Amino acid sequence: MRFMMLLRLDPATLPEAGPDEKLMTEMGELIADMTKAGVLVDTGGLRPLDESVRIRQTGGQQTVVDGPFAEAKEFIGGYCMLDVADQAEAKAWASRFLALHGPEWDIETEIRQVESPE
Amino acid sequence: MLSLVPVAEKAENETTDTGTDPTTPARTGAGTGAGGDARAAVEAVWRIEAPRLIAGLTRLVRDLDLAEELAQDALVAALEQWPAEGVPRNPGAWLTTTAKRRAIDGIRRNERLAHRLRLLGHEQEIAQQLRSWEPEAADPKGIQDDLLRLVFTACHPVLGREARVALTLRLLGGLTTDEIARAFLVPEPTVAQRIVRAKRTIAAKRLPFEVPQGAELRERLASVLEVVYLVFNEGYSATAGEEWMRPALCEDALRLARVLTGLLPQEPEVHGLAALLELQASRSRARVDSAGAPVLLLDQDRSRWDGLLVRRGFAALARADERARARGERPGPYALQAAIAACHASAPTAQTTDWRAIARLYGALAASTGSPVVEVNRAVAVGMAEGPQAGLAVLDAVAGAPALRDYHLLPSVRGDLLARLGRADEARAEFERAAALTRNEAERALLRERVAGLGVRHPPGGTTMDA
Repeated sequence: MRFMMLLRLDPATLPEAGPDEKLMTEMGELIADMTKAGVLVDTGGLRPLDESVRIRQTGGQQTVVDGPFAEAKEFIGGYCMLDVADQAEAKAWASRFLALHGPEWDIETEIRQVESPE
Repeated sequence: MLSLVPVAEKAENETTDTGTDPTTPARTGAGTGAGGDARAAVEAVWRIEAPRLIAGLTRLVRDLDLAEELAQDALVAALEQWPAEGVPRNPGAWLTTTAKRRAIDGIRRNERLAHRLRLLGHEQEIAQQLRSWEPEAADPKGIQDDLLRLVFTACHPVLGREARVALTLRLLGGLTTDEIARAFLVPEPTVAQRIVRAKRTIAAKRLPFEVPQGAELRERLASVLEVVYLVFNEGYSATAGEEWMRPALCEDALRLARVLTGLLPQEPEVHGLAALLELQASRSRARVDSAGAPVLLLDQDRSRWDGLLVRRGFAALARADERARARGERPGPYALQAAIAACHASAPTAQTTDWRAIARLYGALAASTGSPVVEVNRAVAVGMAEGPQAGLAVLDAVAGAPALRDYHLLPSVRGDLLARLGRADEARAEFERAAALTRNEAERALLRERVAGLGVRHPPGGTTMDA
């Protein structure tokens, strides 16, 4: 079954330097591991929130809002789509991903099963 | 934030409980409550780590059974410690180190393990290797090589098909014996016996734990791919039982195929198999109606095909073609079947299917495999491209093949072609014969329906290989 892993970051606690080289290397290794284990369907980091655009529709009226979005308390920094046996396995991989980050990171991942009528 | 966890877990369990058909042999997932959750966490890590762990240990102790036993010891230790202490940061290394420590302790205390190693004839050397083994420092290439050795050992052609399947799912799929038994609808002791006997054969024949090279690689690879294909097919068109599909088996096979593409990236047919399985799996959702009855390929709602799997399938097929071209080879049987599946996947509607291309691909497949079953499928394609009379001619040319004597798709396809020619009585007799031959209940019901509905024109051949 497929799971979407969304990585939530808090801009207030985000390390200013961003991910260091060690983290990037280890992340690359983990992604290689996930691919070799046959569970990684797709993954990617998302470009900064400031570059994003939102379209909102209320009462049938659409409004397009460009960044920056100063009010954001947290944002989605990346995602990972996994094809695994069950939720426990999705959690195991997600936990591995979080564990790569040092104590300076305040990071959360939301794990959602993708709807799949069988 | 912690308070959210139990709420989320509860909601998840509730949907699982109501959403699962109690008659479905569902995989054991997370149990309810904290104990079950911790156990599920350990089991999930096990599924991820077991193949590498067993592969590494087998190289060291040179005995599959012993390696698995040591790995199981490490799993027991994890089940004891992790629920209380939490899952370690590098669970793979933890399991390997634990297995290693237990093995060394066992040798030192002169237990059964030491005895078995003496029987294997190299106790000192193995003990020495175990001591100097540093799992934390294992390089990815070395791990990949160990896994490949395990793949080729579990799928060794001296083992029977069923033994290869059971061993592969157990050692490389991380499934328990019980899970394998439920997936194949056989009693657990049967599977356990198959595994024990297979391991005994491997030990008795002193099969080397190594990756075959050169010409032998090709032959042995065919055996590996066949195992994965068999697992998928058993899940995709269950040969027996009441259900049409057993999706968990398809998922296991797909995963194994993806793993193989990482282990043998240069082999065209590995990508061909992966492409075939991705594309077939992309139709899973559309193959069953809301009542669980099979829906034939041409009747399927194509919007329900899984676009992500289709794209993965096309990408894998492109890799298969590219690797084959680089070697100056023609596409192999799996790549050809994947190409056929791709023809269906790229047709926006059943009516726009390029049956001529499919008939050509089946022709190439028949030439490379010499299989009369392929000719049955080619007859379907020709019947669509050039009309039922042409299809019937292809079919009748192979109808006498001994391999097709009890093959239910032969009368099924024949019945369909006859029905389209308006020869209802002959068609009825063929459908009756097919219904008597199939072991799948859902398929039998479908064939009986065809008998009942004769006179009504139906799209043909959905129960063929590419359904």
